[in-house]
Amino acid sequence: MLDVIIALLPTTAAGIWFFGLPAVWTIATCVATCLVTEAICRLAMKRENTIGDLSAVVTGLLLALNLPAGLPLWMAVLGSVFAIFICKQVFGGLGMNPFNPALAARAFMLISFTGPMTTWLKPLWWKTPEAMTTATPLAAMKRLYGCDVVTQATPHIEKALASFPSLSDMLIGNMPGCIGEVSALALALGAVYLICRKVITWHIPVVFLATVWLYGYFAGGAPAHMQVLTGGVMIGACFMATDYVTSPTTALGKVIFGFGCGLVCMLIRHLGSYPEGCSFAILIMNALCPLINRWTGPKPFGSKK
Amino acid sequence: MRTVKSAFKFKGGVHPDYNKELARAKPIEKLPCPAELVVSMSQHLGAPAKCIVKPGDYVERGQLIGEKNGFISVCVRAPAAGLVKSVEARSGAAGGVAPAVILDTTAEKPSDLQPSTFNLQPLDWRTASREDLLKRIEEAGICGMGGAGFPTSVKLNPPPGKRCEYLILNGAECEPYLCADHHLMVERADRIRIGVEIMRKILGDCAVRIAIEANKPDAIAAMEKAFADISGNVEIVVLPVLYPQGSEKHQIYATVGRIVPEPPALPIDVGCVVENVGTVAAIADAVEKGEPLLERVTTVSGDAVQEPKNILAPCGTKYSDLVAFCGGEKGVPAKVISGGTMMGFAVPNLEIATTKTTSGLLLLSKNRIFQYSSQACINCGRCVRACPMNLNAAEIAKAVEADDIKAAEDLHVMTCIECGACSFSCPAYRPITQFCRRAKNSIRARIAAEKAKAAAAAAERERK
Repeated sequence: MLDVIIALLPTTAAGIWFFGLPAVWTIATCVATCLVTEAICRLAMKRENTIGDLSAVVTGLLLALNLPAGLPLWMAVLGSVFAIFICKQVFGGLGMNPFNPALAARAFMLISFTGPMTTWLKPLWWKTPEAMTTATPLAAMKRLYGCDVVTQATPHIEKALASFPSLSDMLIGNMPGCIGEVSALALALGAVYLICRKVITWHIPVVFLATVWLYGYFAGGAPAHMQVLTGGVMIGACFMATDYVTSPTTALGKVIFGFGCGLVCMLIRHLGSYPEGCSFAILIMNALCPLINRWTGPKPFGSKK
Repeated sequence: MRTVKSAFKFKGGVHPDYNKELARAKPIEKLPCPAELVVSMSQHLGAPAKCIVKPGDYVERGQLIGEKNGFISVCVRAPAAGLVKSVEARSGAAGGVAPAVILDTTAEKPSDLQPSTFNLQPLDWRTASREDLLKRIEEAGICGMGGAGFPTSVKLNPPPGKRCEYLILNGAECEPYLCADHHLMVERADRIRIGVEIMRKILGDCAVRIAIEANKPDAIAAMEKAFADISGNVEIVVLPVLYPQGSEKHQIYATVGRIVPEPPALPIDVGCVVENVGTVAAIADAVEKGEPLLERVTTVSGDAVQEPKNILAPCGTKYSDLVAFCGGEKGVPAKVISGGTMMGFAVPNLEIATTKTTSGLLLLSKNRIFQYSSQACINCGRCVRACPMNLNAAEIAKAVEADDIKAAEDLHVMTCIECGACSFSCPAYRPITQFCRRAKNSIRARIAAEKAKAAAAAAERERK
């Protein structure tokens, strides 16, 4: 768990850099609330205290990184309690939860507080005090599916293209979004660290991202790399879908899981009514994880079947 | 004869710290016979031998003291001359309790003792019949010395219709710390060569593969020299260093590329017989010299022993005598392990005695011991990747934890070889191997109970 926290440090730093003090408050609130909730739950369940395993810190940090900076803190508290209490401890604690607690809590908050959850601070907002909030590129991208952006030059396409952040901004994270989803480079750095430390394998992130890119490429509209670099795909592929507890065990299972995440995410972005579907996609694949495990269970050495 | 590299790599496996340098440079030393020996009747796999001596008897070296008691059983002979002080139940390294003969080797030989008539006479293996050779191996009390202790005369006598195509000599010694087989191959390569010739005579004309891990170049060189002029299809196969390379099934795959089906299939079902190099040397001694299996080489190592050694000691030597021969303990041992660190058993005291299968005794200080409490499984899959049998170890452990033995059986737990790679790789320190062992024992007990019930029912029908 410590490795995951270390891997999230660049992302956390980038989020704080771009969104300032509100990001710090959100992160601190979520981590603290998760720890307290975990301790209270274990006490109520009359089981040993498990905050030492740091999994509550990881959940709190991941939830905060999936929230927009500037969200009212009581909402962050409620989300954190939901993550630890409803999504994790009622199932028996670490290792028993069917869904990724941080993502399930985010989905709960997105439905409960749609407005605040989709109000995005501009990166480096203190420099432009006249317009502190803005929309993410995803909403604009949604309107472009099926359009040939290279040859068609209708005013709304041109306007949308002009509003998109540049590639370098998308890589470093200089765009609106959740605290931890904006900086693709920081997220990739964390993922590479986790792969090198053998905490995760390459299968889920690579297949997930490749599926999103390919879908984006063939669906037309906004450039395919934007599908990968905007919204929650990077943090989802590197940190949320790779959660051990809610992802398959074998390499083949991980490939199927990663593909499913990418596919469902893009189906929601393309055809659904939400501009972003990454967290729902991972939650849906979480639900399929036991089934995938059953399909792809290892074949014993010497087994005929 | 030629030396080749292993062409087949099995899936999984782990790389524990080998720590072999402690005892690697130590030639085999013979232990002076201890004053007291504890000779267990259960030194092998299968039914314990039937003790045929009683307190007060004087036994001579090599005299039969335990009779073979069933098809899968092995006889026991006195490792030294002495007076039987008592016959009592003693616990072995793995925790099982079996009768043991306590021998006082300092007792004087009674003057009225009849001249011994039970000594085995040397046999000329070139002229002896296959049956005579098998009988000799049985009489000499030889069982597999790699660890499992399967009766060798049974293994070398395949059932009708099954033929041995490959005789594989297991010199992998993949367990950390242990160097006993290593030194045996270096110092007694000529005996191993003779053992191979005898076994080839028993098994018929079969190819021979000598499997040695690449980290023992001197053993490979010694075996190359000893086998240089041997006739027939003989190869030394150099295996990559990977635990559990010494596992029978994985060694068969690594040397000849054949896969032994799941239990109850045996290596002979794919035409292979695997014997530990120590067993092969014991066969040579039993046939050529008439010397039964009375002593073996044991590595005594670890950072809590004064001087690690490879010791040739009678089977029945108390661990305390081995440690004393190594200059005693260094500091306070935090853990004593019989065998290697991967598959060995932690033992409660040094009063336990060696058997025909004791390959090592490790005394480890608290610096080498990791005290932990296990945590919840987070489904990371490291155990699944580490498992050389490709089992879903995580799911098996969870099933056993929930007392769902049936689910564990459906997950092929009986295929588990208990190598310990899963527990070794688990970041939550879960005792996965122990969970598997519990499930296997419980399934075996259930099958035995079902068999007994069926037999009772059949007897009941018979009576009516």
